[in-house]
Amino acid sequence: MPAVSKGDGMRGLAVFISDIRNCKSKEAEIKRINKELANIRSKFKGDKALDGYSKKKYVCKLLFIFLLGHDIDFGHMEAVNLLSSNKYTEKQIGYLFISVLVNSNSELIRLINNAIKNDLSSRNPTFMCLALHCIANVGSREMAEAFASEIPRILVAGDTMDSVKQSAALCLLRLYKTSPDLVLMGEWTSRVVHLLNDQHMGVVTAAISLITCLSQKNPDEFKTCVSLAVSRLSRIVSSASTDLQDYTYYFVPAPWLSCKLLRLLQCYPPPEDGAVKGRLVECLETILNKAQEPPKSKKVQHSNAKNAILFEAISLIIHYDSEPNLLVRACNQLGQFLQHRETNLRYLALESMCTLASSEFSHEAVKTHIETVINALKTERDVSVRQRAADLLYAMCDRSNAKQIVAEMLSYLETADYSIREEMVLKVAILAEKYAVDYSWYVDTILNLIRIAGDYVSEEVWYRVIQIVINRDDVQGYAAKTVFEALQAPACHENMVKVGGYILGEFGNLIAGDPRSSPLVQFNLLHSKFHLCSVPTRALLLSAYIKFINLFPETKATIQEVLRCDSQIRNSDVELQQRAVEYLKLSSIASTDVLATVLEEMPPFPERESSILAKLKKKKGPGAVSVPELDDKREGGELNGGGDRGPDTAAMSASNAVSRYVLVASSCLFMYIGFVCKNNGVLFENQLLQIGIKSEYRQNLGRMYLFYGNKTSVQFASFTTTVSCPGELQSHILSLNVQTKPVEPLVEGGAQIQQVLNIECLTDFSEAPLLNIKFRYGGALQNLSLKLPVTINKFFQPTEMTSHDFFQRWKQLSQPQQEAQKIFKANHGMDTEVLKAKLLGLGTALLDDVDPNPENYVCAGVIQTKGQQVGCLLRLEPNGQAQMYRLTLRCSKDSVSMRLCELLAQQF
Amino acid sequence: MIRFLLLFSRQGKLRLQKWFTAISEREKKKIIRDMTTMVLARQPRTCNFLHWKDLKIIYKRYASLYFCLAIENQENELIALEVIHRYVELLDKYFGNVCELDIIFNFEKAYFILDEFLIGGEIQETSKQIVNRAIEASDMLQEGDSSEWFEVELFG
Repeated sequence: MPAVSKGDGMRGLAVFISDIRNCKSKEAEIKRINKELANIRSKFKGDKALDGYSKKKYVCKLLFIFLLGHDIDFGHMEAVNLLSSNKYTEKQIGYLFISVLVNSNSELIRLINNAIKNDLSSRNPTFMCLALHCIANVGSREMAEAFASEIPRILVAGDTMDSVKQSAALCLLRLYKTSPDLVLMGEWTSRVVHLLNDQHMGVVTAAISLITCLSQKNPDEFKTCVSLAVSRLSRIVSSASTDLQDYTYYFVPAPWLSCKLLRLLQCYPPPEDGAVKGRLVECLETILNKAQEPPKSKKVQHSNAKNAILFEAISLIIHYDSEPNLLVRACNQLGQFLQHRETNLRYLALESMCTLASSEFSHEAVKTHIETVINALKTERDVSVRQRAADLLYAMCDRSNAKQIVAEMLSYLETADYSIREEMVLKVAILAEKYAVDYSWYVDTILNLIRIAGDYVSEEVWYRVIQIVINRDDVQGYAAKTVFEALQAPACHENMVKVGGYILGEFGNLIAGDPRSSPLVQFNLLHSKFHLCSVPTRALLLSAYIKFINLFPETKATIQEVLRCDSQIRNSDVELQQRAVEYLKLSSIASTDVLATVLEEMPPFPERESSILAKLKKKKGPGAVSVPELDDKREGGELNGGGDRGPDTAAMSASNAVSRYVLVASSCLFMYIGFVCKNNGVLFENQLLQIGIKSEYRQNLGRMYLFYGNKTSVQFASFTTTVSCPGELQSHILSLNVQTKPVEPLVEGGAQIQQVLNIECLTDFSEAPLLNIKFRYGGALQNLSLKLPVTINKFFQPTEMTSHDFFQRWKQLSQPQQEAQKIFKANHGMDTEVLKAKLLGLGTALLDDVDPNPENYVCAGVIQTKGQQVGCLLRLEPNGQAQMYRLTLRCSKDSVSMRLCELLAQQF
Repeated sequence: MIRFLLLFSRQGKLRLQKWFTAISEREKKKIIRDMTTMVLARQPRTCNFLHWKDLKIIYKRYASLYFCLAIENQENELIALEVIHRYVELLDKYFGNVCELDIIFNFEKAYFILDEFLIGGEIQETSKQIVNRAIEASDMLQEGDSSEWFEVELFG
């Protein structure tokens, strides 16, 4: 007998497990498993009816195989049979298998639900518990539909055993979380609240999780729980460490329940009733006092349990944010933990202090710990702790300590772990901007950032420094001088070259008086970096050069020579070539006046939210970031410059870059519109990338193949695509499912990759889903957002009908809102065949001999959504002489008429 | 609430997995890979907590096994650490000086014990005695029929 086996050992199972363990290789394991699977399959298929024990054993083996990571495609039926066994262990194994392996096979779910129903009504508490565990483990919608009304009844029935109540409470919680709409509040809710008073601590512990969740969603309905929770908490806190018998954990009375009670109270504001509030404050004080008492045990479990309650109490104090005395005590307690020898406590103290730092009562108290926190940042061995320290420094930063904190964070950056550098960079950039009193400090800080961690300085950060320099003329000279100096380093980061190129291009004249930074010296310095830079940076430098020609006519000849050389005007990169050609032309034909106008200094950026802050928010998720806002009512907020306008596009005001940008966007729109009446074609194309689409639709379902072609000879790296549905779409078109293996992250030069989207239309919609594509091309991040041509007409089913039927329906749809009409000028030729093809492409049936006027077109179709069908009739009346159309739509749903009319009016 | 619990060996072999929310098999495999690499890479005597996506990861090593728990962001780390410990105590009490092999060969028992302790990612019963009595009672009943069973359950 190999190794141990307890309870009703299944010998065969133990032998099998030990065989698997003895396998020397993955192949041997797979071979052994396949042998076993074949054996089990033949047993299940055999004529001889298997006894319960064997069935249990084989089901258990299958479960083991599944848990090893192999697929199991049979045995479900046998497991379901076990559910109706009278033998407890057989039932138990059946339920375990179902819990782990259930899939949404509807046939099986019905059988499983039946077995569960029998067990729930068996009045056998053990069977009831098994059934409840299973519901909680699976938690599917089908189960919620079947049992959501039954379980509350079990939970509050007077004769239900405690263990069943516990299972029922948590089972109900699971169903409430997965299908809140199916768990209806009712008479049971008030009785559930009173479970907080139950004699059995286990029942209270289980019930409070349910009550907390329900209170979060329906605070008013459950607010009586506040006073009940306070009195329960008070009884626990004041009990001696042995009073609660087995609910005392390492000399701490009921730690789990205490934490849950404190968490429940955090769903509500401080109690209004003075007596309740007094009692609660007393509890919190007792908990804080206990922290100062000598420990009752040296075991870590004792201190963990005790401190778990303490931290939860501190969370509640911070949540209330109304008791200055308690807040300061909490802060002092955390201060002690900052120096504790337990790493866990230091970590948690740093984390907890972050929230405390945002309270006006305790912000100052938190600040007194600055030296300890800086020390933690420098000396902690554990990166997670250092990261918490960095977070706390960020949170406690204000005008009084900004310079110190920014300096410490900068010096930490030099050795910081790679995983947190980008975030650190963003934080430093935000603090430097927010608390900049003099902007030369700000410029220094950002340039230091680029120097120390250039690779982690995202575009947003260097865009931002440029926005600020442009918007503040008192710092422009200093900025020019500083970048000039920074560029003299033999190796400087490309981001420095970008900032340098931009700033010297705009403000190089401010330092040109000094012979050490004369125009030619500046130009030569910049140009010495040119050949080491990526395409986007070179493009930016070319713009800087043309600006130089305007600022310093004496550099014109030198720069023209540079532009004229083959590596520029014949560059294989279209963008560079175009800029070189255009700038060269511009500099030779335009008069000084024209040049000066075209190449004028950039206007100030509009004031908006800091793009860096937006980036940090995106990184950490909304709500995760709060810039310390305390003492700082900023004057005017003059720094809040433009969000999405990168200075590079702006820098190109000289060339036609701006209009080119618009062109790309509008041609995308044009292509999008073009897809209304066709399913296949090219959605997007630029010099780098081509995106083709093939799509097919049936009923309310669609499948779209996207083909991404790399037009260059260079690989695209980190190629990712995401499809998102704006606003209302989320609920309207479901599962624009990027199916498995989304896309390979590398697209080789000249290669094409494919992606499949599955689409289901739930109800009618008007917004299109968005496709976002990101990839790296030669080091530069490319980011592209396109509308996917999924329009409501894709879900049309053509309907043939006679003239009589057509006009009868037409009359039925006569309410004014059912009709949408547009009269518009023809955008294209009015060729009959082209029109017919378009109307067919729309998805409707084109009906002949219906309209008395043979010049007119009429169409009929039904739009299939999951929830409903929308009948649509269309009439298009061309007027060849006036080159106009009149388009009329009548649909059984108003919004559909509107949308179709908008879509179609752009087609003809 | 607890989102999942994983037990794995120092070699990264998964010994037990319990998921408290619906997750695809593909996603599970990815999480298991992430957790084992992340946790196994940690230096000794570092703290027991990590941030991962929007979750907190609480882990602790007992002999050759790592216990790794994912909890939601607002949950209490220290009490979660003691959830792990209580589960270890329950296993220990049942198997008597539990070791990795016990869990390998009696994986179904390890699941049953967990079900008595946690349901749907929340604590059902913290009393060691009550959980143990429930498990032992079910062992005693292994081959009995339901009527017999009924009486034994009435331990209260």
